[in-house]
Amino acid sequence: MKNMVEGIDMKKVVITVIGRDTIGIIAKVCSLLAENKVNILDISQTIVSGFFNMMMITDISRATISFEELCTQLDEVGSKIGVVIKAQQETIFDMMHRI
Amino acid sequence: MINVNEIQETNAMIEKENLDVRTITMGISLLDCICDDVSKTCDKVYDKIMRLAGNIVATGDHIAREYGIPVVNKRISVTPMSIIGASSCKKTDDFIRLAKTMDKAAGEIGTNFIGGYSALVSKGMTDKESLFLNSIPEALASTNYVCSSVNLASTKTGINMDAVSRMGEVILDTARRTADQDSIGCAKLVVFCNAPDDNPFVAGAFHGITEGEAVINVGVSGPGVVKTALESVRGADFGVLCETIKKTAFKITRVGQLVAETAARELGVKFGIVDLSLAPTPARGDSVAEILQEIGLEYAGAPGTTAALALLNDQVKKGGVMASSYVGGLSGAFIPVSEDHGMIEAASVGCLTLEKLEAMTCVCSVGLDMIAIPGKTPASTISGIIADEMAIGMVNQKTTAVRLIPVIGKDVGEEAEYGGLLGTAPIMPVNSFNCEDFIARGGRIPAPIHSFKN
Repeated sequence: MKNMVEGIDMKKVVITVIGRDTIGIIAKVCSLLAENKVNILDISQTIVSGFFNMMMITDISRATISFEELCTQLDEVGSKIGVVIKAQQETIFDMMHRI
Repeated sequence: MINVNEIQETNAMIEKENLDVRTITMGISLLDCICDDVSKTCDKVYDKIMRLAGNIVATGDHIAREYGIPVVNKRISVTPMSIIGASSCKKTDDFIRLAKTMDKAAGEIGTNFIGGYSALVSKGMTDKESLFLNSIPEALASTNYVCSSVNLASTKTGINMDAVSRMGEVILDTARRTADQDSIGCAKLVVFCNAPDDNPFVAGAFHGITEGEAVINVGVSGPGVVKTALESVRGADFGVLCETIKKTAFKITRVGQLVAETAARELGVKFGIVDLSLAPTPARGDSVAEILQEIGLEYAGAPGTTAALALLNDQVKKGGVMASSYVGGLSGAFIPVSEDHGMIEAASVGCLTLEKLEAMTCVCSVGLDMIAIPGKTPASTISGIIADEMAIGMVNQKTTAVRLIPVIGKDVGEEAEYGGLLGTAPIMPVNSFNCEDFIARGGRIPAPIHSFKN
């Protein structure tokens, strides 16, 4: 999928984080992404009745690990913090909500 | 850029409303496996299935992870076996060897069903096809994963009443041979009118002879998603109701299109079609009957059911057709009684009858599906019910099918228990009046006048 401005092929992955709010969720997830050269393009986050809900659109085209490995590492981080982290190729959302 | 609400909407459909990819089915042509020695045919069949579909389970799981959506089943369908074995098979046991070969390949690949133990006899039956029909009961009783189907009527050719008469007996024989499991063999056997060549759903899936080497067909499913969408328009008029179903069907089918394109690319096989059927499972919140109730009926089967199902079926098609480049298979709303907890409840309280189901088959995409009937039902009655369904399909130029399960040793008031996706079936009452003389006539019912379009 081309970035119209820079002409680079991006590989967009949507990461959602849901669970009880505690200190350090954003920091821990973002550190993992930064370590593996996953670029964050957009973040949206709310807390409703003590529940943390975050959605990130990221680009893994220059990541140093595969999508599968990213899922595994996100699962591990999620278990440690006590949240559920899901990573999905952005195409499923594009496909459903755009013509 | 995709926004937060869209992400939440999609994931809610997946996580709370049972949106899933019901099946990725690889259709494989076995026409090049035909030869005049049964053992060689079996070897060629096995080798080709393993070569092309060996990776289908791993690919399905991989796609599920990529997109965060369950890919529930990965299945295979093949060219009708009655054709593949016509040269080499001399007795029923020979055909059964082919069934066992299909079963072996399916078991090793890790798939749960393989369709295509089938015959296409809508105009007439060859000697080998007649032999093949005799082999079906034992083939189904002695394999785990094999599904069988027989197309015995079409709008162009009429109804093969000889085959209709035979299939009443074949179904009963299959029921008897699997009596110790509530006649489960019959859950893997479908009789068709106007069978499609590219249906990805079992038990009626086969790779039609009009198809190419191999193809990926996907069935996506989301009755729960449609039901939830309708909750937000409770009380609104039919215009709003229909628009809501149509838009929801569009979104559901888009997922099917994405998965089909991805699977085809990763398996190195052409993309065939998306079957945009609403296919229920026994789970709560995954039910077509619940949609009918949400539309305003106390239970499926109440007055208004046929109309409600007609509009549902139509709107699903209208929304889905825009969402996919190639639509095929059955594409509509499924009404399998044992696989839909809302249907089971409706049958159990006496609201849903066989006669009402017959009316419903006029306006939806399958037929009398997964219906348990008393084990003592005579073969001629089963044939009479089949003849009725075939006539509906033939005259209305649509696919209809019959998947009836005469449960040996059980009667109305009892239940057959299959478990998993096949669910639980209350035994439904069948009209006990006689049609033996009708079925005994034999021959063919000619094609209807409106099939002459030249």
